Amino acid sequence: MPGVEIELGYYLALSALVFGLGAIGFLVRRNVLVQLMSIELMLNSVNLMLVAFNRSMPDNHVGQLFAFFVIAIAAAEASVGLAIVISMFRLKKTVHSDQADTLRH
Amino acid sequence: MSVGGQALFFAFALLALLSALGTVAMHSPIRAAMSLLTHIVALSGLFLLLHAHLLAALQVLVYAGAVVVLFVFVIMMIGPAVPDPPVMRGLVVKSAAVAVLGILTALLAFSLMPVTRPAISLSACTPAEGAECDQFGGVLAFAVSLFRQELVPFELVSVLLTVAIVGAIAVARGRTAAETDAHRKKRADEAKLQLDREARERALSAEVSAHGGH
Repeated sequence: MPGVEIELGYYLALSALVFGLGAIGFLVRRNVLVQLMSIELMLNSVNLMLVAFNRSMPDNHVGQLFAFFVIAIAAAEASVGLAIVISMFRLKKTVHSDQADTLRH
Repeated sequence: MSVGGQALFFAFALLALLSALGTVAMHSPIRAAMSLLTHIVALSGLFLLLHAHLLAALQVLVYAGAVVVLFVFVIMMIGPAVPDPPVMRGLVVKSAAVAVLGILTALLAFSLMPVTRPAISLSACTPAEGAECDQFGGVLAFAVSLFRQELVPFELVSVLLTVAIVGAIAVARGRTAAETDAHRKKRADEAKLQLDREARERALSAEVSAHGGH
């Protein structure tokens, strides 16, 4: 059937599910690397939502531009985060976020 | 969008969901990274379905090409020799957190599912226009929007990336072996100087007290 469009709601629902998965991964996992990957999942789901909204209002490119900036900032965040992980591994010999408790005591 | 487009959407959506689940649930970090890679490719397919051609290409270039490779490099440096200790501490709290977040997410997804917008069809390019076609989501239209509306943020992002590069190098670099040796030598020299100074002061004070005795 031509002309049948995937509704905006399906994209939003998918984006919400992926964001929830990322949030669960960030809160539950204790491996810092997997936590960083969960942050990437959340950023990606927001990108999907922005692009989906932009597709349903195609007068301008604001959603896609915002997703572009989110991609740039996610790349910067990943590089600095992974540098911190390397530094922490050098100090503590672990990537377990429960053991990064120097400031707690 | 045709029935084929719908099938593509559901295939990519299922792939994105499953690989996101894999990223979160996989025990070994390298498998999680590979799941993240699959997720990124699936999302780029969804971007193509949404007419965001440039963003789909950027997603593969930046995420699959740079971020995932960075993750894999770090996993390689840290090595598989770090087993995630199976902590049973906080299992109840964790299960409760997963349940609450899962229910909230499912509610959000189900309430967002019926959202509709009037389907707006995009003007297609004619073959006569060729590369000059100002298509929604294409390089030309995207670049015009970027440099007309968002020029200052775009330039600021370059500053941000430079700062991030310098910061990442500064944080991750640590000391090289030569620098460690030099540092150790300097510390030893300082300690020796300090000892000498103390000995000299003691000798001086002994001399002074000896003179005072006369």
